[in-house]
Amino acid sequence: MENLILYLLIIGAGTAGELCVTRAMKTVGEVHDFRPIAILRVFSRALRVSWMWIGVSLMATAFFSLLTVLTTQNVSLVVPVTALNYGAGALGGRFILGEKVSARRWAGVLLVCLGVGVVILGHA
Amino acid sequence: MKRPDLHVKTSFFILLMVIFGPLGNVLLGRGMRKIGSVDVESVGQVFHIAMRVLSSPSIWAGILSLISFFVAYMLVLSWADYSYVQPASSVSYLMVALLAHFLLHEVVTPVRWLGVGIICLGVLVVGYTPHRTTEPC
Repeated sequence: MENLILYLLIIGAGTAGELCVTRAMKTVGEVHDFRPIAILRVFSRALRVSWMWIGVSLMATAFFSLLTVLTTQNVSLVVPVTALNYGAGALGGRFILGEKVSARRWAGVLLVCLGVGVVILGHA
Repeated sequence: MKRPDLHVKTSFFILLMVIFGPLGNVLLGRGMRKIGSVDVESVGQVFHIAMRVLSSPSIWAGILSLISFFVAYMLVLSWADYSYVQPASSVSYLMVALLAHFLLHEVVTPVRWLGVGIICLGVLVVGYTPHRTTEPC
């Protein structure tokens, strides 16, 4: 039960955090200059976007849940299970970010979920 | 409109993600496994566990790798779709299984390899869809 809650946090908070970070980076705009000083400026701009703070907080929650799960579970099981993020990510991309998720993309997401199921069976 | 420079820089930053993401996870996995099961019953134990986590070179190396991953991730998301970047970085699942097998010496069963293969196939299908479906801000 404890592991189930942690997995839900890894997937739910992780995906929500990534969606928030994506929105923040889209607000910052496309990066063209990759010199360290320019990247620092991008970070400075990103930190002034509230979506970035919300996203990082959610991702930190997912990260610490991942750390806790890794104390008892094999990394080769834990990391593939986090692939369920693809399902949540496609839904978030479609309904929150307004991205066009085609039938082909949904088919790919279904394959990923199938793969996750097989990984879990392989662990049982 | 197709932009070759966009394709090259997207591929480069996704490559960085594929290298640093799995490496960070595996290093963290190794560090946390050495610490063992976390059983917190008092504030003192939280402090004790935190000190053990912070004194682990594996965990620090893992955190540095994940920071590098996150920098590459943030930069690529400034121009590419989230739903493109996420599947395109799927090779990391295969890398995690390989690192777990060869570096951590974990037993990765054939069924689990099959699952990882299906995951990679699925995310590759997603990855062949257009990488930008929204207008830049």
